[in-house]
Amino acid sequence: MQDVILKISNLSKSFGPVKALRGVDFELCKGEIHAIAGENGAGKSTLMNIIDGILQPDSGEILLDGVPTKIASPTMAQQLGIGFVHQEIALCPDVSVAENIFMAMTNVSKSWLMDYSALERDAEKVFRQLSSIDPSVLVRDLSISNQQLVEIAKALTLDCRVLILDEPTAALTETEAQTLFGIMRDLAAKGISIIYISHRMVEIFDNCDRVSVFRDGQHIVTRDVADLEPNDVVNAMVGREIGNLYPEKRQTLSDDVILDVRNLNETTRFRDVSFAVQRGEILGLAGLIGAGRSEIAKGICKLEGTVTGEIRLNGELLNLRTYQDSIAQGIVYLSEDRKGDGIFLDLPISSNVSALKLEQVAGRFGLISKSAEETQASELGLKLNLKYGALENPVSSLSGGNQQKVALAKMLSISPRLIFLDEPTRGVDVGAKSEIHRILRDLANEGVGIVVISSELPELIGVCDRVLVVREGRISGAVTGDAMTEENIMCLASVMKAEAVTQ
Amino acid sequence: MNGNNDMSNSEALVNPASADRARSSLIGRMLRMRETGLVVIILLLFVIMTFASPYFLTWANMRAMSMAFAVDGLLVIGMTILLISGGIDLSVGSVTALAMVVAGWLFLSGVDPWLASAISIAMCTGIGAFMGFFVTRVGLHHFIVSLAVMVIARGACLLFTGGRPLGLFTLPPEFKFIGQGTIGPVPIVIVIFLVFVVAFDFMLRHTTMFRKVFYTGSNEKAAAYSGIRTKKVIFLTTTLCSTLCGVAGIIYMARFGSAQPTFGLGLELTIIAAAVIGGASLNGGSGSILGAILGVILLSLVSSSLALLDVSVYWQDIIRGSILLAAVTIDHYLNKRRR
Repeated sequence: MQDVILKISNLSKSFGPVKALRGVDFELCKGEIHAIAGENGAGKSTLMNIIDGILQPDSGEILLDGVPTKIASPTMAQQLGIGFVHQEIALCPDVSVAENIFMAMTNVSKSWLMDYSALERDAEKVFRQLSSIDPSVLVRDLSISNQQLVEIAKALTLDCRVLILDEPTAALTETEAQTLFGIMRDLAAKGISIIYISHRMVEIFDNCDRVSVFRDGQHIVTRDVADLEPNDVVNAMVGREIGNLYPEKRQTLSDDVILDVRNLNETTRFRDVSFAVQRGEILGLAGLIGAGRSEIAKGICKLEGTVTGEIRLNGELLNLRTYQDSIAQGIVYLSEDRKGDGIFLDLPISSNVSALKLEQVAGRFGLISKSAEETQASELGLKLNLKYGALENPVSSLSGGNQQKVALAKMLSISPRLIFLDEPTRGVDVGAKSEIHRILRDLANEGVGIVVISSELPELIGVCDRVLVVREGRISGAVTGDAMTEENIMCLASVMKAEAVTQ
Repeated sequence: MNGNNDMSNSEALVNPASADRARSSLIGRMLRMRETGLVVIILLLFVIMTFASPYFLTWANMRAMSMAFAVDGLLVIGMTILLISGGIDLSVGSVTALAMVVAGWLFLSGVDPWLASAISIAMCTGIGAFMGFFVTRVGLHHFIVSLAVMVIARGACLLFTGGRPLGLFTLPPEFKFIGQGTIGPVPIVIVIFLVFVVAFDFMLRHTTMFRKVFYTGSNEKAAAYSGIRTKKVIFLTTTLCSTLCGVAGIIYMARFGSAQPTFGLGLELTIIAAAVIGGASLNGGSGSILGAILGVILLSLVSSSLALLDVSVYWQDIIRGSILLAAVTIDHYLNKRRR
């Protein structure tokens, strides 16, 4: 094997009674891309935070280049050549891309004054290999995926030897992700070691050299990716056999149409959109970020934009004017940005679940019945296998997967007829993810119309019966059955003519 | 111990629905409640003052103190609800003064005092709607809009009165009764205050209407994505806050028998401080009427104590400010631990 740059032995860390890490060993070689897999709560973030100096271990040793090192702070980690790209974007929205990139540098710089022209020159150099982002643009004007690229660029400027990437592709489109993987391989070839955290098996198996699996604060296994199958990793992560990652697809075809949309137009975001959702089917909406997938869903629900066209629900022509009308008809939209607009983090679980139609848990004079509210939440919680302490606890006390289940419970509270789910499993661990997929299939079998929007192609292919691809505000094609492959969807999403695939 | 009895009564009254749940671990729940800490501090101060000043535990002082926080209590109700919805109102002091001045001016011009009061309260509702319009339709921040209205309303007060208090000695006795009368030993002002507290505390806890205020303040976008008309909610909480200023202004007018254009200078800060001490967050989404009322009681107790102890007025503000900072800091840490 090559030189070991970072070696961690017998590391432990507790938070009160919770043992986050229990005697963990880990080795990182020079120039390797090392994937770290594990469910939420397995201890990945704790380990990364220790490597970055954010947390201090209770016991154990960290060896950098064979020398025992105490990493006391993120600043020290920076000086030691450790760069960390966090999953959550932490940029200053009101200053330029260039300044954001070199924010970290101002820490190290000895000069008192900012040399703006040099900043932009250097920033452009960084971006030349990454993507075409103008360094003088304000960060707030960038899309989420471009902001993520800025985060990565920021870490790259620090001349790091060890680069930690925590789910960097969560907000990226497939093409952008591929660009990132290219950069990762270049960096590795230059001798930089990369720790790559991801929930996506395909990414791990396509791009990484080795993979380490963590579970319940323990290191389970480290192997060359070539010696493993994706299912081995998933099984090691959850500690039990997950027979099939995705639920079974629908058995019988039904001609019943739940939603029928014709000639939907929005002034700038999409044109001539027509499609139908059949009873019992899960329909996928694929496409690059910004192609108009979410916009179509939000447009139908009247959450955003001015939409013209015909929308029929169970054959009945709808005239929706507001999202309230849409909810009354049983059409709901589960947002892609869970923390931003999906849930009320500080409010109790039960109040989150009841928010969509408070009248259901209220009696005369609009008085909310606490017991009705808690019954509703606990019944839906049971159905969704929600893990919680008490229903009056704030949603912020739950893990990402359970937070998403609360958001889903909110949708289900009104017994919807059609649900749009935008990135329903973003930031959700493998176990909860497959539970959510199973729930979607159950709902479809119960006759609820399901439309899933996702940037994760394996998810769309695994879960949906049919996938529509959106490109530049138009539906560029549909794939079903064996034609549902990543290649076909990517072709439809980017350049090729629709006929080439569907015929 | 009059003020103290009032509190325990209202606590019992506002909690009927949660009684069954509270029974399971009453003590544990009580200890976890933010309000309990405030009650303890208030009681402690009460005991200390009883020993420190012979004038403290007298009927006259108790009455004066409760009269002082009762009307401010109406303002703090409106402010708390507005803070929960994510807004803030700096104009409460000057709008209260304007309500007084306009009603007084109308009365002196020959309008029936009850009609004058109704017009004046309606005007305050209008001011609230005006601010609500700028916040929800134009898209300006509550802080700036209410800062502007604070200055405008104060200017209007001075304009109406030429800067001098309006003497309203001819107010009919049945009107003055609102501010000065008693039912048995209890001042009417306290009765009005308790009715408002109980009613709003109950509504805030139990009605769908006010639950939407919490949703909106907790996460406005998520509320919109839950089908809640958030702009309407914010418009209404802004309007409610100003309307309560109108009600408070009229009660003050009846109590003082005059309308003072300079009344309530700096009052907005006391009101906001009380709401925040009582658990309202400037980020919206949290707060309670009971807590805010305890906050007002605490601040009023401190003011009255400082006066009784002959502390220099110059020191009083410094001490009050420090108490605010200390209370909020302690609460911040307690809250962190609770999470």
